[in-house]
Amino acid sequence: MTIDAFIGALGIVFQPAVLIAILGGALYGLFIGAIPGLTATMATALLVPLTFYMDPIPAIAIIVSTTAMAITAGDIPGALMRIPGTPASAAYVEESYSMTLKGRAETALSIGIFFSAIGGLVGALVLMISGPILARIALKFSSFEFFWLALLGLMTSALVSAKDPARGFISLLLGILISTVGLDVTSGQPRFTFGSIELMGGISFIPTMIGMFALAEVLRGFSSSASFPPAFNTARIRPFRGMGKLLMRYPLSLLRGASLGTAIGALPGVGGDVSAWIAYGVSRRFSRTPEKFGTGHEEGLIEATSSNNAGLSAAWIPALVFGIPGDAVTAIAVGVLFMKGLNPGPRLFLENPTMPMAIIMTFFVANLLLFPLGWLAIKGSRHILAVPRNLIVPVILICCILGSFAINNTMFGVGIMLIAGIVGYILESNGFPIAPVILGLVLGPILERNFIMSMQIADGNLLGFFERPIAAGLGIVVCSVALVPLLSRVIRHLPISTRSEK
Amino acid sequence: MKRLTIAAAAAAFAWMGFAGAAHAEWPERAVTIIVPWSAGGGTDATARAVAAELQKRLGQPFNVVNRTGGGGLVGHITIANAPNDGYTLGVITIETTMYAAQGIPGAEPENFTLIGRFNADPIAVNVRADAPYSTVAELIDAVKANPGAIKASGANTGGLSHLAWAGLLNQLDVDPSASPWIASAGSAPAMQQLAADAIQVVATSPAEARALVEAGEAKTLALLSGERSPVYPDLPTTDEIFSIKWSPLPFRGLAGPADLPAETTATLAAQLKEITEDPEFNKFMDGRGFSVAYQNSADFTKTVSDSRTGLVESMKVLGLAK
Repeated sequence: MTIDAFIGALGIVFQPAVLIAILGGALYGLFIGAIPGLTATMATALLVPLTFYMDPIPAIAIIVSTTAMAITAGDIPGALMRIPGTPASAAYVEESYSMTLKGRAETALSIGIFFSAIGGLVGALVLMISGPILARIALKFSSFEFFWLALLGLMTSALVSAKDPARGFISLLLGILISTVGLDVTSGQPRFTFGSIELMGGISFIPTMIGMFALAEVLRGFSSSASFPPAFNTARIRPFRGMGKLLMRYPLSLLRGASLGTAIGALPGVGGDVSAWIAYGVSRRFSRTPEKFGTGHEEGLIEATSSNNAGLSAAWIPALVFGIPGDAVTAIAVGVLFMKGLNPGPRLFLENPTMPMAIIMTFFVANLLLFPLGWLAIKGSRHILAVPRNLIVPVILICCILGSFAINNTMFGVGIMLIAGIVGYILESNGFPIAPVILGLVLGPILERNFIMSMQIADGNLLGFFERPIAAGLGIVVCSVALVPLLSRVIRHLPISTRSEK
Repeated sequence: MKRLTIAAAAAAFAWMGFAGAAHAEWPERAVTIIVPWSAGGGTDATARAVAAELQKRLGQPFNVVNRTGGGGLVGHITIANAPNDGYTLGVITIETTMYAAQGIPGAEPENFTLIGRFNADPIAVNVRADAPYSTVAELIDAVKANPGAIKASGANTGGLSHLAWAGLLNQLDVDPSASPWIASAGSAPAMQQLAADAIQVVATSPAEARALVEAGEAKTLALLSGERSPVYPDLPTTDEIFSIKWSPLPFRGLAGPADLPAETTATLAAQLKEITEDPEFNKFMDGRGFSVAYQNSADFTKTVSDSRTGLVESMKVLGLAK
């Protein structure tokens, strides 16, 4: 990237039309993200007709700022009402909600927004400096590598639910089992569909997630063991208070989260959803106080939420450099780029470097905008917790129904949500954690598809998973993560005499 | 006070008059367009462009809804089962001609009112840029010389891409199992596999391969078509190279549930024709590498029925039909 391109890009971005598009997108994203069930993908798809009438850079800018804000705002209902806005925020919704239950909703929200913005800025910086190089590495990833990555993601469930790993594992298997419903991608065979057309399309994780977290919480509110979040104890709340101190205390968490998010987000098709889970797991693994996790502890929250937004920026790396979208949002954005005659690819960087530079710059502006808008959102969210319980419960229910209906515009989604809510309530009242179910549901299809693809390519030879260099490296990491704790336990239980003989 | 009442009554009358007049003309409220494929794909992109144009011309919102799942099946069945009042339409693809043969009823061409086709892009054979073969004939020779070594992908097993590639091999008297099919969720993950050097061939439209071709990672060898494409005039076709007849031409067309009101179908067909002649729309389609290939209802119906006959026959030969 040359200085000329940089200055040219500055000239393109700092124009009223672009800045208004960014601001408008951010406000719209804030609104969509804060409503549970309405996703960043949906927000982007709704924007497409509008972009027909816009110039290329404002068109992309509005998509960028909408998604950055929507993903960040998805943490708000998670922290306040235990409704994760996105599958990514499901990784740490327990953590932020327990913080709210302790009366620290302000801190939970501040972490969500402050560290999201910083993570997003880091991701944008990486995109600017090393986008093309990272994309080239990401292009080396085939189904073999994706398989190991998905497996690594699944293994974090043991870390997320360390209170009772056995129950966590059962929850995970339940999630994977649910993910097998529908037409299987390999042979087109219907599985567990009982002749229902709707079930052939599979059980999507958005209504399941809303049901298991939010509806289950509502159901629990009617039981005797109900616990409610206390109202903000101060009339004057100061968003972002203490964030600087947290930044000083956990700089490594931020750095690790943001770099994990960037690395995993840059891989097409896996993206930000997985990175938040892995970041949360890694944070717990390397924490000096792992026992505090799950009780409203800042550390994991910082790491996961920063990786979330870093991954969002990084998903644009393969999209811009090779036209391979990393997720549904970038898929739509790639379409818009093509429509505007800005065909993504290395040629875009060579022939017209100001354009990709200007696109990346909109990331900076959008993420910087998170600070003031997030500040307002936190100020406003005080009113949500101030609403009496008997009013907020119907509102949560409406949100649940609206969100699960909106995903496909069918009542089927609402039905899934209701069933998932009851199942989630039963699971939780018997000590089974919910987060691993969602993890299994999200990663199950990725794992299965890549396993089958790989087996077909390797003609059924399992050693194929170790034949490619990156795959072998990832495979060794996964195997050692799984085996080392087991071996160390075995060695500890061996009689001293046999140990000394070795 | 009295004057206010009169004004209100007049306003009410005006509104009723307006509503009454509008009642005669479809559409008088928002129309839903169902897309059976995910947001961001080729079908979605073209459907949104058509919907935006319809909205501009007919003055009512045309909302695109993605009903994905089951290889397009869920969305197609949703279109077929919608009330036939003209307020739920959809964009259908060539898979509608294959579901019945796969043993899944409910989304056959007879279940739809075919309004018109707006796009048809042939499948192409794509390989890695550094592949040792520079023509499709050399690729086929390599498949023959080394059965099982050249893996191909582009869609689910039994999907159109699979059928196109296996059908080509079959036409050339090569056992389709000599080039095993790797099931993928679509062309994007298949192209990723190609770029990562895990597979050797991707059967997908040139538009979907274009980004990686321009990036110097892949090259397109030939189109599976009877005639050269106006968008890619330099690409040879397998029909001219091998003197065969094999053109499984995927289409995208506007459709509704069976027995739509005749006036609605006529209005839509006329508008669709105008849209496909619109320079803005053509610029958009061209920009993304999609061809504009309009067919009216009758021609479209014939195309669908012809490709169904051909595809089902090949599916039987390849053992993909039930």
